[in-house]
Parts: sequence; C-alpha cells; structure tokens
Amino acid sequence: MEKKLIVGPSPHVHGSDTTQKLMRDVLIALAPALLVVTFIYGTRVLVVTGVSIAACVLIEFLIQRFMFGGKSTIGDLSAIVTGVLLAFNLPVSIPIWMVVLGALVAIGVGKMTFGGLGRNPFNPALVGRVFLLLSFPAAMTTFPAPSAAADAMSGATPLTYVKEAMKGGDIKLSDLMPEISYDNLLFGLHGGSLGEIAALALLLGFGYMLIRRVVTWHIPVAVLGSMALFSAILWWSDPETYVDPAFHLLTGGAILGAVFMATDYATSPMSKKGMVAYGIGIGIITILIRTWGAYPEGISFAILIMNATVPLINKYMRPRRFGVPAKI
Amino acid sequence: MSRTFKIGGVHPHENKLSRGAAIEIFPLPEMVTVPLSQHIGAPAVPAVVKGDKVKTGQLIASAAGFVSANIHSPVSGTVISVDQVPDAGNIRRPAVTIKVDGDQWEEGIDTSADFRKAETGLDPAEITRRIAEGGIVGMGGATFPTQVKLSVPPTKKAQFLLINGVECEPYLTADHRLMLEKGEELLEGVKLLARALGVEKSFIGIEKNKPDAIEHLMKLTVGDPQIAVIPLKVKYPQGGEKQLIEAVTKRQVPPGGLPLDVGVVVQNVGTAVAVYQAVVKRKPLIERVVTVTGKGIERPSNLLVRVGTPVTSLIAHCGGLPASAGKVIGGGPMMGRAISNLESPVTKGTSGILVMNDNESARKPSQACIKCAKCVEVCPMNLEPYMLYKLGIRNMFPEMEEYYATDCIECGSCSFTCPASLPLLDYIRLGKGEVMKMIRARKN
Amino acid sequence: MIEILLYTVLTLCLLGAVAAMVLYLVARKFYVYEDPRIDQVENLLPLANCGGCGYPGCRGLADALVKNDDITSLYCPVGGTDTMNRVAAFLGKSAPEKEPQIAEVRCGGSCGKRPRISIYDGAYSCAVEHSLYSGETGCNYGCLGKGDCVVVCNFDAIAVNPETGIPEVDPAKCTACGACVRACPRAIMELRKKGVKDRRVWVNCINRDKGAVSRKLCTVSCIACGKCVKTCPFEAITLQDNLAYIDPYKCRLCRKCVPECPTSAISEINFPPKKETPAGGGKGEGNAAVRVKDPTSPSATSVSDGIPAGSVGESDGNRPPQQA
Repeated sequence: MEKKLIVGPSPHVHGSDTTQKLMRDVLIALAPALLVVTFIYGTRVLVVTGVSIAACVLIEFLIQRFMFGGKSTIGDLSAIVTGVLLAFNLPVSIPIWMVVLGALVAIGVGKMTFGGLGRNPFNPALVGRVFLLLSFPAAMTTFPAPSAAADAMSGATPLTYVKEAMKGGDIKLSDLMPEISYDNLLFGLHGGSLGEIAALALLLGFGYMLIRRVVTWHIPVAVLGSMALFSAILWWSDPETYVDPAFHLLTGGAILGAVFMATDYATSPMSKKGMVAYGIGIGIITILIRTWGAYPEGISFAILIMNATVPLINKYMRPRRFGVPAKI
Repeated sequence: MSRTFKIGGVHPHENKLSRGAAIEIFPLPEMVTVPLSQHIGAPAVPAVVKGDKVKTGQLIASAAGFVSANIHSPVSGTVISVDQVPDAGNIRRPAVTIKVDGDQWEEGIDTSADFRKAETGLDPAEITRRIAEGGIVGMGGATFPTQVKLSVPPTKKAQFLLINGVECEPYLTADHRLMLEKGEELLEGVKLLARALGVEKSFIGIEKNKPDAIEHLMKLTVGDPQIAVIPLKVKYPQGGEKQLIEAVTKRQVPPGGLPLDVGVVVQNVGTAVAVYQAVVKRKPLIERVVTVTGKGIERPSNLLVRVGTPVTSLIAHCGGLPASAGKVIGGGPMMGRAISNLESPVTKGTSGILVMNDNESARKPSQACIKCAKCVEVCPMNLEPYMLYKLGIRNMFPEMEEYYATDCIECGSCSFTCPASLPLLDYIRLGKGEVMKMIRARKN
Repeated sequence: MIEILLYTVLTLCLLGAVAAMVLYLVARKFYVYEDPRIDQVENLLPLANCGGCGYPGCRGLADALVKNDDITSLYCPVGGTDTMNRVAAFLGKSAPEKEPQIAEVRCGGSCGKRPRISIYDGAYSCAVEHSLYSGETGCNYGCLGKGDCVVVCNFDAIAVNPETGIPEVDPAKCTACGACVRACPRAIMELRKKGVKDRRVWVNCINRDKGAVSRKLCTVSCIACGKCVKTCPFEAITLQDNLAYIDPYKCRLCRKCVPECPTSAISEINFPPKKETPAGGGKGEGNAAVRVKDPTSPSATSVSDGIPAGSVGESDGNRPPQQA
C-alpha cells in the first residue's frame, strides 16, 4: 500500500469551536459597549483600550518567549480579551503609564506566573484593576463628565455619589434619588470606568455570547439575580437607608462584572450547580461591600474572593451523575 | 416541543450523503473471512475444519456459553482455513476463511424476498430459541447477543420494548433505509420481540431528520395499539441506550444498571428485521445493510452485504478509494473504529464504512485546557471529562473511579466539543478500561 | 512611646507563650509512638520514592524493614545490595541476596526493519495506541515508541531513539525499579540480570505469531525456528508460543546462539568486538552496533532488583563453565 491511512481513536470529527474563536466572540460581544463608550467619552477611550491591549499582548509574548519558551500563545486572543477588560475597568482619564503598569500586573502576575491561559486562579484583568485601585486611588476614582450628555453627573460614579452623600447621616435617600436619571444609567450617560457605563450595550453583548454559546446564562443571572434579591430585601426593610435594586444593577461594574468578568473560563466553576453558587456568592459579597464596606463599588473584590473558592466549589459541587435521583 | 434526552449532547454535521440511495444487493465476493468473535462475549467455537464444504446459512461456529452467538456461513464454498486473521485494527483474531463457489442455501431456509407474517400462537421461548439459533446480535454496533437481552431474569419485568431507529451518528443511513424499505418486516420483528418479552407496548424512536421514515412507519402502525412511533428532536448521542430510554420514557437507568432496571428493553431496527428473518424465514444473520459513504466516495450507497466480505471490495463497488482518502472508519464518525487493514471483513456490527478526506482526518493540535466547562456541559452522563482526562494522563486510575469513569458511554461528545482539541475521550476510555480491571480484580 | 513598645512586646510574648503551651499539650495528648529506627532506616535508603520496592515510597519500605523479622523478601532496587547490607547490619537482620538487574527493551523493530503501514493520530500514549489497534506497524507485539516507559522513569534512564523509534535504557542511570516494566502496555520491557561485566544475550523480540506471519511484519522478529534452542549447550533457551526466551540465570554468555539466528533477533551487548560482524551480514548490524558499549568501563551505579527472586537458585552452578 503506497498511501498510509491515518488511524486514531474516535471521535473522528470535531466541532468548530476553538479557543481562538471563543475569544473572538467575546471581543465581538464587547464591541458595542466600546462603541457606546467612545461616543460618550471621546477618542481617548480608544487610546486607553489600544494601549491596554498592546501592553497585554506584548507582555504575554515576551514572557512566553523568554521565560517559558515553546510556541507563542498570543494567537489565542486571550491576551487581547484581558486587555479590553482591563481598559473597561479604568477611568478614561487615567495616565497611560498606569495602563501599562496595570497590564504588566494583569498578565505578568495575574496570568503568566501561574503558567498562562487556563491555569490562573484569579481573573487577570481584575488583578490588574485592583492593583491600580489600591496603588493609585485618586487616579482610579476620578471620572470626567461624559462629553455627550449635558445633564450628566460629573466627578464621581453614581455609586460614589450616593455613598458619599449618605455618609453625612441625615440625608434621606428620597431627597437624593430623584437627581439620578435611570435612563441615563441605562444608556451610559454618567461617570464611571469605561465598562461601568453603557449597561444596555453590555447586555447586548451578553445576548450575543448566549446565542453563540460562549457562556451559559448561569453565572450572570445568578450574580445579578442575587444582587437584586439581596438589595431588594434591604430596600424593603428601609427605603430611606438602602438603595433600590434597579440602581444597584445599573451602576458600577455590576453588568460588566457579571457578564464578562465572572464568566472568565479559567476562574469560574465547571458545573452548573457550582456556577450558580459562585454567582450568588459574588452577588451577595458585592452588595455587602457596597452597603457596608469602605469602597463604593465591590464587584471586583467579590469576583476575586469567589475566584479563590472555585477549586473548592469544583471539588464539592459536582454534576449529578446520570441515573442518580436528586437528593433533597 | 418533541422529546429528547435532557443532559448534554452535541450537534455534529449530519452529512447523510446516502440518504436517498436505495438498498442495493451487493454481489457475492470471491472469498469471505468470518471472524469467530463478532459479538460481545466469548468467541464462538468453530464447527468446521479446513477443507469442509459449507452451504449458505450453515452453522460454522457455535456459541460458547450464555453470552455468545452462533455464526453461520454467509456463502456456500470450501473452508480454506480456520486460523488467526488480522482484523480491522491488524490484530490477529480467529476466523474462518471460505472460498466462495456459489450461493447454495442450507435446507429449511426460506430465501424468497416476499413478506410473510409469523405463524400465530408462537411460543415466546420458541422465538428466543430461533433468535439464538440464528446468531442474532445487536446490530446498532454494540453486537450484544439478542437472546441474552430477551432472557429476563425472574426478579425483573420488562414493561416496554424500545426500538432504536435514531441513527444519530452522522453519515450513516443504513437504519433509515431499512425503516423505509423493510417497514413491514421491521414491524413484524418488533411484534415477535414484544411477544418474546411479554410486553404490551412497543415504541419506535426516530429522530426528526428522517421525516419520511417516521411517516412511513406511522402509516403502517395506524390503529395498532401495540406499537407507537415516537419522533425525537435531533441530538447526538440519542442512539445511546440510556439516552434513548430517557428521551422516550423519561426514566433514567441507574449507574451500573441495565435498561431492565427501569422496565425497558432496547433493540435496534436492524436487529428487529434480523429477528423477523430468523423467526419467520429461519434465515440466520449472515448479511446486513452497510452504508458506504464519505465526501470522497463517488456513489455513497447502502449495500446489503454478506458478513465476511472484505471492506475494500465495498469501497471499490462505490467508486473506489479516492486519492484524497485519509482515514477509513468502520461505523460512524463519532464512535466508529478507524480501519488500518482494508482487507478486513464486514461483520455483524459493521453499520457503515466511512471514508474521510485527508483534511478531515487529522486531528487539530491540542492546546492548553482553558476550563471552559464545555465538556461538562455536553457530557450526556453528567461526568467531568476535563478532570477524568487530567487523572488519566497521570495514570491515577483509583481517582478516576471516584469520578465515575465507568459511567462513560464513550460517545465522544467531550472530545468533539473541546475548543482546545484535547484528546479527552482517549484517556477516559483508557482509564475506564483500567478501572474495570480494578473492579474485576476486587471481585475475585 | 516606651509604653507602647512595652505593651507590644509583652502582648507578643504572652501570645507566644500561650501558643507554645497549646502546642505542647496537643503534642503530648496526640503523641503516637513510632519506632525511631524507622527514621534511621529511611535515611539509609536512597529516598528516591520510586515505589520500585512495592511500597509507597521509602518510608513504607523502612517501616516494613523495621517491623518484619525476616527481611529477605524485601529489597530496594535502587540502592541495591550495598544499601540492603547496610540496612541489615543496622537492624541486625540478614540481608537479601539479589543480583543486579537492568531493564531491557525486547524489540528490535526499528523503522527500517518493521515498515509502518498506517499513521497513528491520537493521544500520544502507548497505552491508548495499544488499546486501539496493532500500532503503526502490523506487529501486534512490538514497541509502539510513544514512550510510556520514558514518562514513568524517575531516573531519566530511558529515552526513545529518534532514529529507531525504540527506547534505549541508559545502564548508568537504570536502577531496575521496574516502573517501565509496569508501564509498557505490551510487556516489552523485562528486568534481566545485569550480567558479568554488563554482558548480556537476549532475544530482542516478543512476537508470538507464527514465524511466517511475524517474518512478514518485521525482518528481525523471532520466527520460532528453534535453531537457538538446539544450539544452546546449557538448555538456557526455551521455545514457547512461537517465541524463544533466554533464561538469564542459565545463560552462560557463550554467544553460540547469536550467529545461528536467521533473523538476527538475538542481541548481545558489551562483548569485546569479534573479528567478523556478530550476526553475519548487515541484518543484525543495527542491533549490535547501537548497543555495544565500551566493556572496560562498567557502569558506576551498582544496580539490581528483586523480581525473579525464585529463579536465582535455579541457575545451575554445577555445570562446568564452557568457553565460547
């Protein structure tokens, strides 16, 4: 026989999914939000995002090339996703050198020290963001007013605004809340990080990822659902002290975190049950930090804390075997 | 919303190229090689020696023990050897090689093609006896001896008979054509199986990508309270026994259990037709429908082939092996076995011969696991393939048992879906084998 | 200021004292007596934790050595007789007698001699390939070359030769722990007596097919012709299931069988070069040439293992030595 046949174990066909395609779909899902934010904040958004992507890719490439050896992995686009997500966690006015520093921590510390894609226990973009937030609190919490909206609030995110105002103690929420337009929250006309605003565009991206089966609904719905439920209980108990659930969901990085950060493959649980538990954990910790913590926004900390529990969740919340009746 | 199984599943491209090709009778080959182990269980014991003259349908090897099956000569001719012959994977196994000189049938076998109903009042034990005599095995690919499945232990009771007409493997159309062209024989076979089991109700599960077969069988069963045709939503691996039972009856077979534990017996449509032939016409299982297909094959066909015919002659009949052929598979692309020896014969379990092109054949290079959880999502048995793979690669077989490697049905959904192209099933299958060995060693 | 420092230091001291107390009490309460000799014996062992002795790591063996009165059935293949003697002396027990062994690859079917008839495309593992089919060649018994033995070797002693596609054992590193023997799905690896001056003669094939079949698949397969059996003056060679086997404990290294083998399936190693090529003709050259090492430099590590313990006594010491 002149031609040798290939012999291998089944299955002999393979689906069309590849790591690269999944990452590309995440980038496509992030695109509408980027467009909206660019429209609101102007072209510096693109500069920050571009620098973040370039820095992430370059750092991953260099580490791979000079420390790991072997084939470069930047082709899987995961560094670009981290770059975009890091930029989405930064204010538009941030100095460029801080962006590069954040990328270094995100990729260098958050991802490559653990061996690269799939092995990192913590979401790299959030590691970068939290590092910057703790190191440069001022630069990380100064937000210029959106240029596209005349009546938008400036200076602080709505969450900070409410939190600061409430610190005085004698202000009632009913006096404060009418100043906040929920329409503006939905369409992104308020201060915040790049990905903190434009809730609707982010949800559009979520829809795209669901259709493309990049993510399942479990984590985002569990995060947002538990946030809504927990804040609703607080709000019913005392509407004058606690903010209503809609406000919680539309402000801060709630949607960005729930849809894009918490669903990061490597740092989220494997089973559906585990995903729901993990999402509920994030939702509750977020509200706890927002309500009683020192920071106005807590979802990034909540995700990092729950990231740490993922190995435990994977060990104990395994899928139920086929044929075994559910235990109550 | 039509029925399907709940957990996991994937949707490979169907590629049913030979869907419209009517079943063609394949001419007798010059030489047949009949392996003695075409079924699960003990290999049959040869009843002929070199030089013997045999007739078509004559017993040439008899079942060795309870889980085993008779083997009959598919042709008439002279036995030229009873020896080790390389199988599809080039492993030498015992087989009877017969030089064909014609098609002289054994006495007492009805060779006419016309349909005949079974004689009334046939005793269930007699049906089972004729099935065992005819060497009938599960023709969906598992090749489990049929009479064993029909011998219900006294502690259990069969409630339903489930006929598997799902054919969820891409490319294959043998069962589809059988349902279209041999509908009456099939239904008669189903009734015989139901009688043998003593069940009142039979279901035929068919995926909705075969609307003509569903319609045809529904028409034939109009007004029949015993047999119901159940259309099923297309999803792989619906043809898996446990998945099909869940799709049709909503019952889940417990881990390590048998379909009988939930009161169901599953038989393939091919098996039902073979049962009809064996019981009504006294014709043993010596031929089967084989789909010969693939993108490089000139004429994708469904052939009625005698067992023992070399694979290469089937391919030649359908236009020959194309220059672009990279891989030849016995069975479907999800669960079939790659063939390295094209001279190897068609057996009772060969449902298809699939020729894949060079560019389809090779696997993609694997990358790092990104823990996307897609393998967990698609696993129809709700296992954790990523973890089993990691354990398997490290030879951690006791841990694999704790992760239920033995539950794996080897459907390949995990490897199919993995975006990093990891060889998940390769290692899970390996570990499953090792765990089985461990369990057997513990029992002894 | 001083006060603050004072309080800090005091608090720390107090905390330290309390913690120490708790630790002490817990240690007392949960103290388990363990024979101190186990630690000492463990330190006498190589601490490679390879499991070659059959126990989970060196401590497991140390435990068994201390607790069993008769330790002749226990053996550390890595440390060898020296280590066992030291352990036995320390414990005052008698040491087991074992001859040094080495892992031997019993397949000579390199690329040129055993044509590849298919291309394997699956998980890079001998075990997976073996469970699937015959392998890239038609031989049902021969080496698959995917290096399962290489992976399990804790001592970096095995490497697959890219030229032949077959693993080779580095005699200086092999400790005869037996990991490769257990890992090989086709049982190609065998622990054999290391031999005088590391000289060994063995059948470099385990194909059990009939001669006509195996010869077609591989030019250096054992075809079970039985010539070697007839030639051997010491009855060291047996023929079973179409395969010749040389018992290392009966073999006197006379090498008479080597040129007799029509397929050059019998290999020899570490003998001084003969005048003519050992197996005659080019057929056997590859096997012999690759494996002949400098006989003047015996390997540094002393090695041995305890697998065929029973066969030691069977070696026929009464026979007069014969010269080849």
